[in-house]
Amino acid sequence: MKNWRGHFLAALAIGLFLTGCNKPSSAPGAGGDTIKVGEFASLTGKEATFGISSHEGTLLAVEQINAAGGVLGKKIDLHTEDDLSKAGEPATVVNKLISRDGVVAMLGEVASSRSLEAAPICQQNQIPMISPSSTNPKVTETGDYIFRVCFIDPFQGTVMANFAAKTLKAKKVAVFTDVKSDYSKGLAKYFKGGFMANGGEIAAELDFNGGDKDFKAQLTAIKAANPAAVFVPGYYTDVALICIQAKELGLNVPLFGGDGWESDELVKIGQDAVEGNYFSTHYAPDLATDRSRNFVADYQKRFNGKTPDAMAALGYDSAMILADAMKRAGSTDGPKVRDALAATKDFDGVTGKTTINEKRDATKPAVIMQVKDGKFHYLETVNP
Amino acid sequence: MDWFLQQLINGLALGAIYALIALGYTMVYGVLRFINFAHCDVLMLGAFAAYFLAPAVAHLFAPQSYLGAIVIVVLAAAICAVIGILIERLAYRPLRDRPKLTSLITAIGVSLFIEYTCQLQAVFGAQTRPFPKLLPQQDFQFGGLSVSSNDVIVLVVTALLLAAMRFIVMQTKTGTAMRAVSFNENAAALMGINVNRIISFTFGLGSALAGVAGIFYAMRAPGIEPLMGVQPGLHAFVAAVVGGIGNLPGAALGGLVIGLLETFAGGIPGLSNYRDGIAFAILILILLFKPAGLLGKATVEKV
Repeated sequence: MKNWRGHFLAALAIGLFLTGCNKPSSAPGAGGDTIKVGEFASLTGKEATFGISSHEGTLLAVEQINAAGGVLGKKIDLHTEDDLSKAGEPATVVNKLISRDGVVAMLGEVASSRSLEAAPICQQNQIPMISPSSTNPKVTETGDYIFRVCFIDPFQGTVMANFAAKTLKAKKVAVFTDVKSDYSKGLAKYFKGGFMANGGEIAAELDFNGGDKDFKAQLTAIKAANPAAVFVPGYYTDVALICIQAKELGLNVPLFGGDGWESDELVKIGQDAVEGNYFSTHYAPDLATDRSRNFVADYQKRFNGKTPDAMAALGYDSAMILADAMKRAGSTDGPKVRDALAATKDFDGVTGKTTINEKRDATKPAVIMQVKDGKFHYLETVNP
Repeated sequence: MDWFLQQLINGLALGAIYALIALGYTMVYGVLRFINFAHCDVLMLGAFAAYFLAPAVAHLFAPQSYLGAIVIVVLAAAICAVIGILIERLAYRPLRDRPKLTSLITAIGVSLFIEYTCQLQAVFGAQTRPFPKLLPQQDFQFGGLSVSSNDVIVLVVTALLLAAMRFIVMQTKTGTAMRAVSFNENAAALMGINVNRIISFTFGLGSALAGVAGIFYAMRAPGIEPLMGVQPGLHAFVAAVVGGIGNLPGAALGGLVIGLLETFAGGIPGLSNYRDGIAFAILILILLFKPAGLLGKATVEKV
C-alpha cells in the first residue's frame, strides 16, 4: 500500500512538472519576431463549410496584414486547430492553443455552442477572443475578453419575424428548433417574440436533435397545424434534409431560417427541395461597396475562383479588427488589446462599418437571401 | 385522421429499416451469443458503397432506372457481406474461445475503428455528402395523405427480405445448420457441420441486410456521413432486444414497434424532444417486465 502511494506521488510530481513546462514564459507569444494568434474552426464534420469559409477569410486577412508589414513590426503567426464540429473539442483545442502554443489572442467559432465552450477558457486566461459569426447573445456575456464582429440573435430573430409578417404576409407560422444547439434555441425564442409582437400566431412548435436523419414525424405534425410558413433555425445539413422530407410530405409552404443556412452544401444536398426558401445572413457578395468588391476579387484570386460567403467575410473582418486593435493598443498584452477592441469604432470592414458596443457585440445590418436556381439571391437589407 | 394515417406510414417505413438492421443483430446473437456493435457501421459502409457505385452504374444503365438501382443494391450488399465476413474472420474468430465479454468489447473497438478511420479526410472525411437519387421519386397524394415512392419500396423490399430470411433459416440445409450451431456449437460440429463456414455465412447475410438498410436509410435522408449508422444502429439494437434477441420474427416486430412509437412521439409538440429517449424507455420497461423480449422464450442459463 505504502509503495503504491509512493508511485502515485511520484507520478503526480512528474505530471505537475510537465504541466509547469507547458506554461508559456512570461511574455506569451510576444517573444521572438512573430505574434501568435490562435484560431479554432470546424474544418471537418457537420458544419465543415462554415469552418472552412471562416478560416479562409481569416487566412486571407492574415496574409494581407503580413504582406503589408505586419503588426507592430512583427508578422502574425496564425495557429489553426480543427474542432471537428463536435461538442467537447473546442475546450481541448483552445486549451492547447493557449497553454502549448502560447497565443496572445483567439479567433473563432461560427457555431455559438462551440464559442460558448471556448469563451470561459479565454476569459480565464485573459486572452481576447473574437468570434467572427456566433450570434447567440450568451457568447459575449461570458466576460469582458469576449467579442464578436456580427449581429446577435435578438436582432436576427426580429428581422425574420418582421419578414414573415410583412413580406411573406404569414399569419400562422410553425417553428422547428434544434434543441441541441444554443444558436437554434436562441434564434427560435427571439423569432417567436418578434412574430407575436407583429400580431402573428405560432401554429406549432416542434423540436429535433441536430444530426437526426428522420424528420417526418415532426413535419407531419407541422403540416397538420396548417401554417403559412415554417421557421427552421438550424444548420445547413439538417435543414437540407428537413426541406427534402417536407416536400415529400406535401408541406408546400416556404421554409425560412437564419445564417446557419448559408452553405453551398444546402443546395447540393437539398437540390430542388430548397428552392424558393429564404434565410437571413450578414453579407451578400452582390452588395457592392469598394471595400467588399476588393475583398471578393482578392478572395477569388486566392481560393480558385470561390465566391466568399458571409462566414468568409466575417472571418476576414475578425482578423482585421484584431490587428487594428493591436496597432492602437501598441502592444499584444491581453488587457491592453481588450481595451482597444472595446473601443473599436466605425471600423471599415467588408461586412460594413463595425462598431463594438458596450456589450462587446457589433451592430450591423442583416440581409435576406432567397434560394433561386440553386444560387443565393439578395432580396433586401434590414438596418438595426 | 389524416394525421394519424400519415404518422402510421412514416412509422412503418422507419420501422421497416430498423427491422432489417435488427435482423443482423439478432442472427449474430443467435449463433455467437454476443452483440456485433460494428453492425451499424456496416450499414454506413453500405450507403457509401452505393454512393461510389452509383456514378459507375449510371454509365452502364440509364441513370435512376430500376435495373440500375437493383444492380447497385445487390453490389453494395455483396460488398457489405464481404466486409462482415472479414470483420468476423479478423476480429472475432481469434477470440471465439475466450469469454463472450472479450468479443463484446472487441466489437465496440471494431465499431470505433471503422467510424474514426472513415472520418479521416483520406478515407471518406467527416463532412456530409449528398446521396444520389437511385430511383425516380414520386409522391402520391391521397387526400391529405402523402406517400413517397421510396416508402413503398422500403416496405415491399423489407417484407420480401423478411420472407426470404425466414425461408433460408427454416427451409434450407444451411438454415438448419445455422439453427443447429445456435442450439449447440459443439454438438453441431460433431454432426459434421462446418461451424466456421456457418458463422461466416451468418455474418455475411446479416451484413448484406445492413447494407440494404443503409441504402434505404440514405434514400430517405440523402445526406451520408461516417457516423450516420450510430443512431439507427442503436435503435435497431433496442428493437432486437424488445422483440426477443435471437428471434427473427421478434426482430421484425421490434423494429416496427420502435419505429412507430418513435414516430408518434416525435409528432407530439413538447414530446418531440424525447423521441430518441422513447426507444430506451421501452428497452428498460421490456427488460424489467419481459426480459426475454416480446417473442423470445425465457431460457435458463446453464452454469
